[in-house]
Amino acid sequence: MEKQRFRLRVNGEERECLAPVHHTLLEVLREELGLMGTKHGCELGECGTCTVLVDGQPILSCLALPIECEGREIRTVEGMAGAELHPLQRAFAELGAAQCGYCTPGFLLTAETLLQKSPKPTRMEIAETLAGNLCRCTGYLKIFEAVELAAARMRGESPPSPLEAPIEVIRG
Amino acid sequence: MAETPRTVLDVIGRPLLKVDAAAKVAGQTVFADDVVLPRLLYAKLLRSPHPHARITRVDVSKAAALRGVHATLVGAELPIPFGILPVSQDEHALCIDKARFVGDPVAAVAAVDEETAEAACRLIEVEYELRKASMSIEESLANADARIQDYGPRGNVHKEVSYDFGDVEAGFAEADHVREDTFFFEGNTHLPMEQHAAVAACAPDGKLTLWSSTQTPHYVHRAVARVLELPPSQIRVIACPNGGGFGGKSDPFNHEIVVCRLSQKTGRPVKITLTREEVFYCHRGRHPVRMWVKTGLKRDGAITAMHFRTALDGGAYGSYGVASLYYTGALQTVTYRIPRYKFEGVRVFTNKPPCGPKRGHGTPQPRYALECHIDKFCEDLGIDPGEWRLRNALEPHSVTANHMYVRTIGLKKCLETVMQRSGFQARRGRLGSGRGIGIAASSYLTGAGLPIYWNAMPQSGVQLKVDRGGGVTVFCGSTDIGQGSDSVLAYVVAEELGVRVEDVRVVTADTDLTPVDLGSYSSRVTLMTGNAAIQAARKLRALILGAAARKLEVPLDRLRAASRRIWDAGEPEKAMSFADAAVLAESEHGTLGAVGSYRPPKAVAKWKGSGVGPTPTYSYSAAVVEVSADRDTGIVRVDKVWIAHDVGKALNPMLVLGQIEGSVYMGLGEALMEEQVFRKGLHKIPSMLDYKSPTTLEMPPVESIMIETLDPEGPYGAKECGQGPLLPVIPAVANAVHDALGVRIDETPITPEKIVAALEGRYRAPEMPGFRYPESVRVEPLEPSSLPGPEAQAVTR
Repeated sequence: MEKQRFRLRVNGEERECLAPVHHTLLEVLREELGLMGTKHGCELGECGTCTVLVDGQPILSCLALPIECEGREIRTVEGMAGAELHPLQRAFAELGAAQCGYCTPGFLLTAETLLQKSPKPTRMEIAETLAGNLCRCTGYLKIFEAVELAAARMRGESPPSPLEAPIEVIRG
Repeated sequence: MAETPRTVLDVIGRPLLKVDAAAKVAGQTVFADDVVLPRLLYAKLLRSPHPHARITRVDVSKAAALRGVHATLVGAELPIPFGILPVSQDEHALCIDKARFVGDPVAAVAAVDEETAEAACRLIEVEYELRKASMSIEESLANADARIQDYGPRGNVHKEVSYDFGDVEAGFAEADHVREDTFFFEGNTHLPMEQHAAVAACAPDGKLTLWSSTQTPHYVHRAVARVLELPPSQIRVIACPNGGGFGGKSDPFNHEIVVCRLSQKTGRPVKITLTREEVFYCHRGRHPVRMWVKTGLKRDGAITAMHFRTALDGGAYGSYGVASLYYTGALQTVTYRIPRYKFEGVRVFTNKPPCGPKRGHGTPQPRYALECHIDKFCEDLGIDPGEWRLRNALEPHSVTANHMYVRTIGLKKCLETVMQRSGFQARRGRLGSGRGIGIAASSYLTGAGLPIYWNAMPQSGVQLKVDRGGGVTVFCGSTDIGQGSDSVLAYVVAEELGVRVEDVRVVTADTDLTPVDLGSYSSRVTLMTGNAAIQAARKLRALILGAAARKLEVPLDRLRAASRRIWDAGEPEKAMSFADAAVLAESEHGTLGAVGSYRPPKAVAKWKGSGVGPTPTYSYSAAVVEVSADRDTGIVRVDKVWIAHDVGKALNPMLVLGQIEGSVYMGLGEALMEEQVFRKGLHKIPSMLDYKSPTTLEMPPVESIMIETLDPEGPYGAKECGQGPLLPVIPAVANAVHDALGVRIDETPITPEKIVAALEGRYRAPEMPGFRYPESVRVEPLEPSSLPGPEAQAVTR
């Protein structure tokens, strides 16, 4: 199979690889660049699991070709955390918004784009932004709460940690 | 002197991070498809394009000759059958002489990459002789001569059962009112976000390692050993964290065995990752079930007798089907008082992907029927449906007509809570046109009482090891599928030993390293691994605190341990660290370790088939759902869900809420849109776009309330929470739609099309297939004296 050389800028690093020209960005990220944080649920553009950011916009990496992404800034989940987790990652962890965790990278990256343009999003804005990402575990509610919690922290507020707040249980 | 039991819990009951949370949000969890090994080959399966065909020739010579192909495999090379249940060993790694559904795998290829493997599959020549395909229960019964499997009582009947629990006819004779209804629950599928993947590596010494997205590594271990004719000691199965399971990764699968054989043939590691379309063919999801229920009632609503019939469309193989069939009749009796009960059920083979266990396994269908039926007879009798449920809920320490023993039951509290929070009674029938509110309740198992293959060994084992710095490692065969089972092990061990959760390392789901746990199915894991972990940890605690007691010269019963510290409750300044105590204990006793195990109490039921239904403890749920329904379009919007769940004890309430919310979501999907349907032998919608599931935009607000009944059999009192809360949601939606529009859709999903048809008087209610159930077996009620120990006295009849 004929291969082509790609130069991609991923999470701020210049990367080079050889891959068949028709391989998707998803395949190149995972198989050539070892960035396994990007997952796949359908490889047909239906579930949002493989979402990455290209120039700050969420795209489905299973439908994108790497050749379209040369010279652009690609961001994957591996680019979100430095020494510390990104506020979104921290909030997802605290609220149990990542159950199996398979759809999580796609949700995190899509949510990150929302918080960049809308620091105090409404529940409806969050739901609309995330409507292209499917999750089968959580029922989305903990994800909504996590985006709201991260947004508050990113605005500099100090809401109580969900790990400190009481949760109601009733003696039956 | 023994240590006094602790009354204050340090770790249990608090919202805590999951032990794998950081890895998951960082995208660093290694799922099966993330396993990469040097010299990896890639496998693809060639699947049958016909729903039912005899295979007369398979020629792989052209595929084998393709450049880049390293091995091919056909069914005749692996003739030993397998299957999850001992009674239905009816699957082969690849079809040998017959394909039974579109998607049944026929041949396999391992090649340097997926594209080469796919190209090679296209070069495989298969000759099929088409047989009559049966795509429904009716067709299967009519096509008795075109048998799909060669076992079962006759034709395409896989299994049929019929039981009378008590004098059912006498019960109907006593009734003031008798009502009959028929329902249909459409099949639907798990749709885990992760496509199944497996990697097998055969080492030069012949030892085989399999990484797989499986919920049941122990059963996969057994199946691989059986089919490959290898001693189990030569096989190691590692279940990777599952990217969602919901029951869809609970069977041993063709592709797992295929990659093992291909790795043996090539001496190289081989990976397979199913496409999304193939995941729909693996299925094992919700059975489509037709149901008929007849109930006799006194004027005050007390049930005198119930007769429940089910007919299951099983798909082409057995899978868990015999258990699924029994489950469609088992748990009707553990919510409300049903003094006499008759159950008849049949599972029929059809030329479709096999059905099996999906969240709720065999119980959402009859629960949907029963809870809708209850609302209908309440309307007949002029009784408020919430009031009826409260009045007729089982009491603690009940034995049901079919011999199920219920110890603790939070059902009334669940009902009262959701009714009060939602204002159910004041608002039902008064929300105005197009708006409605509905209620339902349910019960589920906390682990099946019996293992899948008969044995007297524990269902769950835990082993602990302490390092010299105070760290503790837990080894357990359980499989984390996202529910948090790894975390529960860490919480329990931290609680018992008095260390912090972050001091506990968890090693799970590896048949070489971990004691057997049967797997993540039947909501068994928290209760069974939790109890096993408590047992192991208490043994270790005795050694470590004993050493501390001698050193501190304090009686053992005065010692307390929490957060890495051990101290004298009388003189708290007399203390030492857990790590120091562990060093003392190791100096005294040698290497520190302990094991614990759990097996469920012996069931009290005394009839053949009663292996399905008993459990260490039942969980309970109640839900109220409020909807808006558009009369012109038939579109239903769910405005709010209130749900209360008797979880026994919430070990980590944050994770329990996550399970409840996820269950509500999945129930709403099944109620309103999800369906796995077929047309002309083909799966109509094997894609995530066409298989409708709820998105963020369809998800309503949910008010979830945890009810704690502290069951003596559960760890710290815990019951399950991963499956039960799905059950009441579906009938509550149906009952709410009826309140909103005055029409009943007696089948799922409740689609706009069906609603409009019903509003226009065109909706055709479901019917039962014409099937003659076998002669019934009469089972007499159980005398309380036959119950174990103190429970006999407590039983109410």
